Amino acid sequence: MSFENFREELRRQIPELSAVRDLDYAVSGRHLEIQAEHGQVEAIARSARTSGLFLEAITALDFTDGPQVIYFFNSCEAPSRVQVRVQLRPKASLATISTVYDAALWYEREIFDLFGIRFDNHPDLRRLLLPEDADFHPLCKDFGKVHAFRSAKDIYDEPAA
Amino acid sequence: MTNPLPESVIEQTYYLNMGPQHPSTHGVLRLFLKLDGEYILEADPVVGYGHRGHEKMAESHFYEQFLPNTSRMDYLSGLLYNHGYVAAVEKMAGIGVPLRAEYIRVICAELNRVCSHLLWFGTYLLDLGGITPFLYAFDDREHIMDALDRITGSRLTYNYCRFGGVAKDVDSEFVSAARNFIRRLRRRFDDYHTLVTQNVIFINRTRGVGVINRDAALRFGCTGPVLRAAGVPYDIRRAEPYSVYPQFHFDIPTGTSGDVMDRYTVRLQEMEQSLRIIEQALDGLPEGPFRGRAPHKVRPPKGDFYFAMESARGALGYYIVSDGTSYPYRLKVRVPSFGNLQVLTEALPGTLVADTVAILGSVDIVVPEVDR
Repeated sequence: MSFENFREELRRQIPELSAVRDLDYAVSGRHLEIQAEHGQVEAIARSARTSGLFLEAITALDFTDGPQVIYFFNSCEAPSRVQVRVQLRPKASLATISTVYDAALWYEREIFDLFGIRFDNHPDLRRLLLPEDADFHPLCKDFGKVHAFRSAKDIYDEPAA
Repeated sequence: MTNPLPESVIEQTYYLNMGPQHPSTHGVLRLFLKLDGEYILEADPVVGYGHRGHEKMAESHFYEQFLPNTSRMDYLSGLLYNHGYVAAVEKMAGIGVPLRAEYIRVICAELNRVCSHLLWFGTYLLDLGGITPFLYAFDDREHIMDALDRITGSRLTYNYCRFGGVAKDVDSEFVSAARNFIRRLRRRFDDYHTLVTQNVIFINRTRGVGVINRDAALRFGCTGPVLRAAGVPYDIRRAEPYSVYPQFHFDIPTGTSGDVMDRYTVRLQEMEQSLRIIEQALDGLPEGPFRGRAPHKVRPPKGDFYFAMESARGALGYYIVSDGTSYPYRLKVRVPSFGNLQVLTEALPGTLVADTVAILGSVDIVVPEVDR
């Protein structure tokens, strides 16, 4: 099963990764959550690729203490949704995983477009949905009509790793 | 006869803009093609012409207010998106759904899937130059639309599901209309196979064209018929069962090589499987309420939730982050067409311009869903 392979691969490749925890699928819709540092993302993606997971989506959240980038990996053999959560400092950039998964090329462009988060070494970091000359990133919480702008602690009871 | 042009000119590559207004792009999509003669060297799909900011809109609306938006992302399978959204919020907020409502949702969702595949079938063959199948498919489709119109009140952008149930109960007339439609479409499949599947022109235009193999499909995050045509039996209805799908028997059709022909056969077989599901659901449709109790204003507990379901085009995902208020803090929609369109950057290079329409049409993209 690719899920167990992935855990083993993670232990082998990134032994210092500690914030791995099982989630209740019925409650959260995910099986595994990983809190990662921004330097560990590429290694995690490589482990996922070698264990046969595919990249389901990448998205981001905007918090007062800096944005979070969230990766979803899944397997087509047995449902095993892995969520990788990376807390960034405001205006920080992140390594691209488009070298590992081609699907990331567009997801990262979309996040750059909507959140203004830059991905280092991305081969083609243009806006995806908005026009080229747009000077804003619409999904940031300081743009447009926003109901609430919170910190990550307000939403997740567990402290970020 | 010798070519009068100097060598340097003949060797030059050039760029061709296909779209944004092109009849075969089904929506507003621009393909920026780099060509060497008739061969494509690079393809760059340019999207975003229909960006409406649904995800931003969600953040300033109540959970209930966002319901009509869901069916406007993929307007061809709006009920599936509607169903996915309510199911995600219900699971998050712990709202129970009566069994009858789940059955009605499955019947409508599968009818909508057939409806979407029929539209694809018709317009795809229109793209390839056959006008007659288009008229046949739209004739069939009309029967679904009439049936759904009776209970949902709309023909395309449905807003039928509610938290805890559906908006209106089905009646005996709807049930008999659905049964008649199943009988009708099964007869029609014989015609389709004789007229189209075995048509030699169709076979020559699709067999071995636009191959998206298993490896490419997985690297680009393709799902749905595109992935299944490459031989991966991945269907969310089976992998992560939701609603009452575990109670129904159905097969997951797969292809072998992942070419255009495989994607065509997979979709046609999927329609037959959907009819099987609808038939079983109609037979087992329980009595009881069609709408349960749900709070006037939904306030899911703090935290995040991912809900996956199978739309007509592949794996659809709702990722909702709640801060405990009646507004979602963030609502991300993972749309299947996103990966299915992106794979064209790899599938198109090396093919002929004349095959572009055949390949683009075969992945069945709905551009407003990519744009959101």
